[in-house]
Amino acid sequence: MIEWFTWLQLAIAVAGGLLCVVLGLVGRKPTDLTMGATALVELLLIVQLAAAIAAPLAGNTATGSLLEFYTYLVSALALPVAAGFWALVERSRWSTVILGVTCLSVAVMLYRMNQIWNVQGS
Amino acid sequence: MTDSQTDTTVPSNRVSGIGRLLIAVYGVLALAATGRSFVQIVRAFSEAPLAYALSALAAVVYIVATIALVKRTALWYRIAWVTIGFELFGVLLVGTLSLVDPALFQHATVWSVYGSGYLFIPLVLPVLGMWWLARHPVSPIGSRA
Repeated sequence: MIEWFTWLQLAIAVAGGLLCVVLGLVGRKPTDLTMGATALVELLLIVQLAAAIAAPLAGNTATGSLLEFYTYLVSALALPVAAGFWALVERSRWSTVILGVTCLSVAVMLYRMNQIWNVQGS
Repeated sequence: MTDSQTDTTVPSNRVSGIGRLLIAVYGVLALAATGRSFVQIVRAFSEAPLAYALSALAAVVYIVATIALVKRTALWYRIAWVTIGFELFGVLLVGTLSLVDPALFQHATVWSVYGSGYLFIPLVLPVLGMWWLARHPVSPIGSRA
């Protein structure tokens, strides 16, 4: 896990999440912007997955439990996809809020993943 | 799909408006609780069978509650009340016990310290859920199986 990339990703997930929540609460239906923000979060998670697989080969190994790390990562990968489908099926303002809540949840999970990989010394 | 796009007070049994958000948050929490209990049980169930069994139970209850909120029938409405009531009871009981007698719950569960590890969402969510259920009762006639 590359630390600067994770922090960048976390910042994007928080920013995208807040954007979607705010736009949803003022009544916007899912748009290219909010769907795009969620798609970007998902894309970065896929990059993260590739990085997590490759990093140990370069000597960057997790300090904590890999099982826990991958449980978080796989769950995080599923969230934007589920929310995106929801937004396509139900084109209402609440779907936009849900996109935002999803991005924020991913941010929390990234924070935990970073702790497991870089901080936790078990 | 698009039977009535008015998001206002249509007396239908379809979940609309902010209720969808509630379902989404329940879904995320169900996923989080399931993920955590999966890790705990796979890694070291024997370390803390009580706490870990409780985690698994909590996860199942969150999943059932999520489904119950989606399915707007009279039966599922009752199941929603039971599961959400159980969650509130669980978070209050385990939250209190984890403070009064920390030895009992050395290993974290979703409900330890009133769900502080999950931004207190497990404490707030059942209250919101009950409020929502009370505001949106299922009419027995309109319920769909």
